Amino acid sequence: MVDRITVEVARYRPEKEAEPSFQAYEVPCRKDWVILDGLNHIKDHLDGTLSYRWSCRMGVCGSCGMTVNGEPKLTCATFLADYAPGPLRVEPLRNFPIIRDVIVDIDDFMQKLSAVKPWLIRDAEKPLAEGEYRQTPAQLDEYKQFSMCINCMLCYSACPVYGLDPEFIGPAAIALAQRYNLDSRDQGARQRDEVLSKHEGIWSCTFVGECTKVCPKHVDPAGAIQRYKLSSAMGSVKDFLMPWRGK
Amino acid sequence: MSTERNRYTEFRPRWYRPKMSTWWWLKRWSSLAFILRELSSIFIAWFIYFFLRLVHALGRGDAAYREFLAWAASPGIVVLNGITFAFVLFHAVTWFNLAPQAMVVHLGGKRLPGALIAGANYAAWVVATALVLWIVSR
Repeated sequence: MVDRITVEVARYRPEKEAEPSFQAYEVPCRKDWVILDGLNHIKDHLDGTLSYRWSCRMGVCGSCGMTVNGEPKLTCATFLADYAPGPLRVEPLRNFPIIRDVIVDIDDFMQKLSAVKPWLIRDAEKPLAEGEYRQTPAQLDEYKQFSMCINCMLCYSACPVYGLDPEFIGPAAIALAQRYNLDSRDQGARQRDEVLSKHEGIWSCTFVGECTKVCPKHVDPAGAIQRYKLSSAMGSVKDFLMPWRGK
Repeated sequence: MSTERNRYTEFRPRWYRPKMSTWWWLKRWSSLAFILRELSSIFIAWFIYFFLRLVHALGRGDAAYREFLAWAASPGIVVLNGITFAFVLFHAVTWFNLAPQAMVVHLGGKRLPGALIAGANYAAWVVATALVLWIVSR
């Protein structure tokens, strides 16, 4: 087992560079170190100017997504030793504008996320005295998988459709919309449909399937999108045959 | 909104926007497989056109059918149909494998496993093929 590994990190310093370049650092390659540990080692001991996002270091916050040897990865859940003897390359997530080093601008995603209204929508809240909205384990299972999303944006980074057409609402936003659409307590499907059924919504997706492959939480956004396509198409047919429906 | 032309200041980013290569789909097998699957639809269209011509010729009688067969046996069409056959197989297999992701089937209150949904597609394929073989060899 090698005890040190070279990490080539993408650097972009907008105050003095027109485009990114790589800088190599040698870090300890411990068996229990993830890539984020290596970056923290660089920041603490080798080069304090390196900028990157991270928070929980346990695969929950979704902050530390980066491109590792060309693949979108959560750097807190990817071991350095798996890339021995190295060198390994750490770059910003693809398909996003780069602000500095490996930090990308996530504003576009945040706007898309709120556009699909990822919260429980009720036509009218029932009185408090009537108690909580109950759900069976089977009803929970309908959407639970999609609720595991941590907004890490690895799926956007992997999606060539989003790379080519930034208007595409994208995998995670649609999966989260489905998380609420499939929730037995929710009544907001019609409202979300206005965003999802647009050209930039589900119909931009060509089912490349990469989003599902890179998802660290096994959310399967590609599945969510195809399921929504199916239910949206069925809904259109029903609306055509029964125009009075849902009015 | 600021643009890249802006000079960088401490509180105003100057983004670097990487461009996606035209050849992005050649970089990994899964992307290439996706592009081939999309491309296969052209050959599916050709297959349908060829099949409709066959049915049309059959409907117009013996002479027209012989004429169709002679056309279908010309080297260009044979090569094209060979390529089409490969693409139709690729199209069918990749879509059958993807079917469980798009379809959720409940039976008796339980969600059917994905392998069963893909398996049902393959089973239907085998049955349809057997039926065609039986009709042709009768």
